[in-house]
Amino acid sequence: MRKLIFGLFIAFLPALGLAAGGSVHLDEMTPDHTDKASLQRGAALFTNYCMGCHSMEYARYKRVSDDLEIPANLYEENLIFTGAKIGELMKNSMDKGMAAGWFGAPPPDLTLETRLRGESWVYSYLRGFYKDESRPLGVNNVVFNLVGMPHVLVSLQGLCAVKPNVGVKPTVEPLSGNINHGDVCPEYAIEGSMNGAEFDQAMWDLTNFMSYMGDPVKVERERLGIFVLIFVAIFFVFAYLLNREYWKDVH
Amino acid sequence: MQKLLNWVDERLPVIDAWNKHVGKYYAPKNFNFWYFFGSLAMLVLVNQLVTGIWLTMSYNPSGDGAFASVEYIMRDVEWGWLLRYLHSTGASAFFVVVYLHMFRGLMYGSYQKPRELIWIFGMLIYLVLMAEAFMGYLLPWGQMSYWGAQVIVNLFGAIPVIGEDLSLWIRGDYLISGITLNRFFALHVVALPIVLLALVVLHILALHEVGSNNPDGIDIKKNKDENGIPKDGIPFHPYYSVHDLLGVAVFFFIFFIVVFFFPEMGGLFLEKPNFEPANNLKTPAHIAPVWYFTPFYAMLRAVTVDLFGLDAKFWGVVVMGAAIAILFVLPWLDRSPVRSIRYKGWLSKIALAIFVVSFVVLGYLGIVPATEGRTTAAQILTALYFAYFILMPFYTRMEKTKPVPERVTG
Repeated sequence: MRKLIFGLFIAFLPALGLAAGGSVHLDEMTPDHTDKASLQRGAALFTNYCMGCHSMEYARYKRVSDDLEIPANLYEENLIFTGAKIGELMKNSMDKGMAAGWFGAPPPDLTLETRLRGESWVYSYLRGFYKDESRPLGVNNVVFNLVGMPHVLVSLQGLCAVKPNVGVKPTVEPLSGNINHGDVCPEYAIEGSMNGAEFDQAMWDLTNFMSYMGDPVKVERERLGIFVLIFVAIFFVFAYLLNREYWKDVH
Repeated sequence: MQKLLNWVDERLPVIDAWNKHVGKYYAPKNFNFWYFFGSLAMLVLVNQLVTGIWLTMSYNPSGDGAFASVEYIMRDVEWGWLLRYLHSTGASAFFVVVYLHMFRGLMYGSYQKPRELIWIFGMLIYLVLMAEAFMGYLLPWGQMSYWGAQVIVNLFGAIPVIGEDLSLWIRGDYLISGITLNRFFALHVVALPIVLLALVVLHILALHEVGSNNPDGIDIKKNKDENGIPKDGIPFHPYYSVHDLLGVAVFFFIFFIVVFFFPEMGGLFLEKPNFEPANNLKTPAHIAPVWYFTPFYAMLRAVTVDLFGLDAKFWGVVVMGAAIAILFVLPWLDRSPVRSIRYKGWLSKIALAIFVVSFVVLGYLGIVPATEGRTTAAQILTALYFAYFILMPFYTRMEKTKPVPERVTG
C-alpha cells in the first residue's frame, strides 16, 4: 500500500519545482486574498489610478463588489466612472486605437496580469519607475526597460531621481539586529504625498487586488479543496477495508 | 427485476457480455502497483469527456471570442472554474497515467506475442491522444496556444515539395487564425473523441481475447483447474474492481491537490504566456510545448545538420516521427524467450533504465531554452532512445535469461 501512494507521488514529482525564472531581481510579493481591507484599498487605487487606461474586461464590477464586501450602492457611486451598470464587465472608456497612438501600444487589459507575469513582477514594476530624461515620457523602469507607460503614481510616490533598489535584499543592522528594508527609492527628484513605507504598502495592496482579479475564486477553491481531500481520504479508508475483505481469501 | 433482465437478455447478450469482460474475466492474481494505470486512464478519459461536454456549452470557438469565453467560464459560469481545471489538469493526468501504463508494458513485456494487437491499439490511442491534446491546447486562444500551434503546424512545411501546401491545408489559412481554431474545435470535440473511444474498445476487446499479462510474464491459461479456470486467475469483478477503487482514491487525492491548490502546476500544466490573448504580431520570447510533448520536441531541436540537401528541420521532423513510429514495431524487436524484466538478463535491465532516463531528461531539455551544451546532451539522449529499440533484437537474444517459474510469484 505504501508503495502505491509513494509511486503515485513519484509519478507526479517531475511536474513540481519547474517554475520559470526571470532575469531581473524582483521583490517577493505573496498575495493574501483573505485580507479584505487590503483588497478594498487596492480596488480604490486601481480604479482611481489605473482604470483610466487599463480595462479589466473579463471581470464584472458586481463580483468585485460582492467578494470584497463593498456595498453595491457605494461601489456604483465611487468606483464606476463610466456610467456602466454594476453587472457589466469592467471595460474602460479609452479608445484602443487612440491609446496606441499616444503610447505606442494600447495599454493591455490587466485582468490576468498577475497570472501572466506573477505578483512579484507587478509589485516590483509598480515601484520601479525612475527619472530618465532620454525617454519620451521622462521616466523609465528598472523591471521593464524602455517602458511606454507614464509614472501615473508620481503624486503618491514622487519621482525617483536614481534607479530604485528593486530586488535588493533587506540588510540586518549588526548592532541592533533591526531589519532594514530601506526605501525602494534612495533619492527623490519630486516628493510625493506618501513616504517610502506607505507607498510600498499601497503597492502591496494594489498588487494584492490585481492578484485577486486574476484568480477571484482562489479562496473558495482552496476552502473547498480541503473538504474534497478529506472526503477522498475517508473514501480511501472504506475502499481499503473493502479491498482487504475481498482479498483475504486470495493466496 | 430478474424478469426484466431475462427479457433483455433474450434480446441482447448482456449477461454474456458481463461475464466475458467483468464477472468471469480471469485476471492474474499477482497484479502490482503498475497495473492501476489502465483503469485510471479510463477514469481520466471519462473525466475529460464529461467536463469537456460541459465546457463546450459555454465555450465560443471563434478568434474574437475564444479567450474571453474561457474567462467567462472561469468567472461567470457556475462551477465553470472547476470544470475547466478538471479538464486542464485531466489532460496532464491523462499523459501521466498513459506514460506509466506504457512503461508497465515495456517492463513486463506485455506487447509480446500474443498481445501485439493490444500494443498497437494502445499506440494508436497514444497517437490520437497527442492529436487531441494538441488541438485542445489551441482552444483557449492564448499566446502559447497560438504560437505552439504555429510552430507545430509549420513542421509539416519542412516536408519537401508538398510541405507548404500541406501546412496551408491543415491551417486553412496562411497563418493560424479563427478558421484553424474552428476546425481544431470540431476535431477536438467530435472527430477525435469518437476515434479514441473506438480504439479503447478495440484495446480492451483484444486484451480480453488473449487475457492479461502479469509481472511474471507467465501465461496463466497454461495452468487450469478441473473447471477450466486458471489456477492463478481471479475474476476481475469483484477482486480487481475493489482493488482499483484503492488506486482511484489515491489518484484522486493527488489529482485534486493539483486541481484545487496548484491548477497551473507552476506553469507546467497551464503555461503563463497563455494568460495573454493570442496575438499574431507578438512572438513570445520562449515557445515551449506542454510537458508531455517535450521529449519529442527536444529530439526535434537536437537535429541540427542539413543532410542530402534537405533542411535540418525536416530531419528533425523525421526523427520525431520515427521516435513514435518505432514504438509500433516493438513486439517484433523483442526476441527474448521471456516476457518480464524479472527474468530477462542484465542487458535488458540496463537498456530499459537508459531508455527511461533518456526519455525523462529529454522531456526536461524540451522545456528549457536550448543552449549548445543542452543540444549536445539532447543529441546523445536521442541516440540512446533509438538504441534501446534498434539494439533490442540483439541484446534480448544474446543475454542469459533466468528460468521462468510455472506459477505466479505474488
